Amino acid sequence: MAVPQAGKLGHPLMNLVRFKGLPILKQLHLEERLLRTSSDNWCIINDGTNQPTIVMGVSGKPAELLEIESVLCDQIPVIRRFTGGGTVLVDPGTVFVSFICNKDTVPGLQPYPRPIMSWSGQLYNKVFQGIGDFNLRENDYVFGNRKFGGNAQSITKTRWIHHTSFLWDYEVKTMAYLKLPARAPEYRLARSHLEFICRMKDYMPRSTFIDKTEEAIDTHFSLRSRESEDIETLPNIQFSPSTRPLTKRELEAAALASPSEGAFSHSSSL
Amino acid sequence: MALRMWASSTANALQISRASSSPLSPAFSLSRCFSTVLDGLKYASSHEWVKPEGAVATIGITDHAQDHLGEVVFVELPEAGGSVSQGSSFGAVESVKATSDVNSPISGEIVEVNSKLTETPGLINSSPYEGGWMIKVKPSSPSELESLLGPKEYTKFCEEEDAAH
Repeated sequence: MAVPQAGKLGHPLMNLVRFKGLPILKQLHLEERLLRTSSDNWCIINDGTNQPTIVMGVSGKPAELLEIESVLCDQIPVIRRFTGGGTVLVDPGTVFVSFICNKDTVPGLQPYPRPIMSWSGQLYNKVFQGIGDFNLRENDYVFGNRKFGGNAQSITKTRWIHHTSFLWDYEVKTMAYLKLPARAPEYRLARSHLEFICRMKDYMPRSTFIDKTEEAIDTHFSLRSRESEDIETLPNIQFSPSTRPLTKRELEAAALASPSEGAFSHSSSL
Repeated sequence: MALRMWASSTANALQISRASSSPLSPAFSLSRCFSTVLDGLKYASSHEWVKPEGAVATIGITDHAQDHLGEVVFVELPEAGGSVSQGSSFGAVESVKATSDVNSPISGEIVEVNSKLTETPGLINSSPYEGGWMIKVKPSSPSELESLLGPKEYTKFCEEEDAAH
């Protein structure tokens, strides 16, 4: 747990909350709530989520992105989140880092997708300095030309969130749930998932990554560690998150409507 | 100097074009570095425009906004029959990896939604003031227009915003 920092002159305050194994749906609901109802800056670090889950971006279409029959057969939960971007499969091997900020928090930073993305790349440059040819490449964090971190954002009139799922480790079989996306970065060059991604564990110990991330954040902000219970005591403003799990019925309907899933047959009741 | 690296593009020069009565005259630009601001519209500091035309006002996002957002790949719009409030979000656009709220410059009842944006969200980039319109609203408080920025004020606002970053 980071030692709370006394306010550093000129550094904006950043509340840091750490979780371990928090379900991804709860994390996303929390983030959406903080984005929409809080006026403070927050950094959420979730060291692994409790079960494998597929998380699509706001415009994700299951039939285009998922092998739905396998997903239903293996009962993998599917969530549509409130931020943009692509589809990820998250599990205990995923480390999440999220920044939720007021638009004027970072001096000189315009609250638009590309400047925020660039700022994040500079922050993580500090974390991965000298390690594995780290780069921000077309909105992904890569070592060389292999992706290990996926980013997504949501921007409101006065605040923004930039959150990242880091592939600490993954299981080969879980990648089979994801189709090759139609919209992909150019550097992917039509590579399969396994040829496109890499594991962070091959580059850095897990605890080192989290510690170095906190150190990097501390150079930009005045960090204040908060307990997760603190968030529960925030003013209870009425708020309905848009992030939600897709139902079995929705997934089945998507599969039936898709020409590529023509061979799909109803699974037995689960 | 490091701050300039965060700007999404080089500083934009903004050019005001005169809008003809109908349809809007094509935006004049020397290069992609110029964002267009049209006469005849009012603007919100959150980069939406509103074109009042009698009983109905048309709303969209500005050329400055679409340029800073990048390629729009998805648009989330409300349904006709709903209401909007000045300054509040009524929808969102997705670009790069971000969803960005779109806020209404005025209050009123939504009477029409641009369904073309479902199939062709890129209209917001290619034609932000014409084909990329988002909703049409029956205004409930016409005086709200007075609180919005005119073309020259909006141009100055954008220049100051870009210069500050």
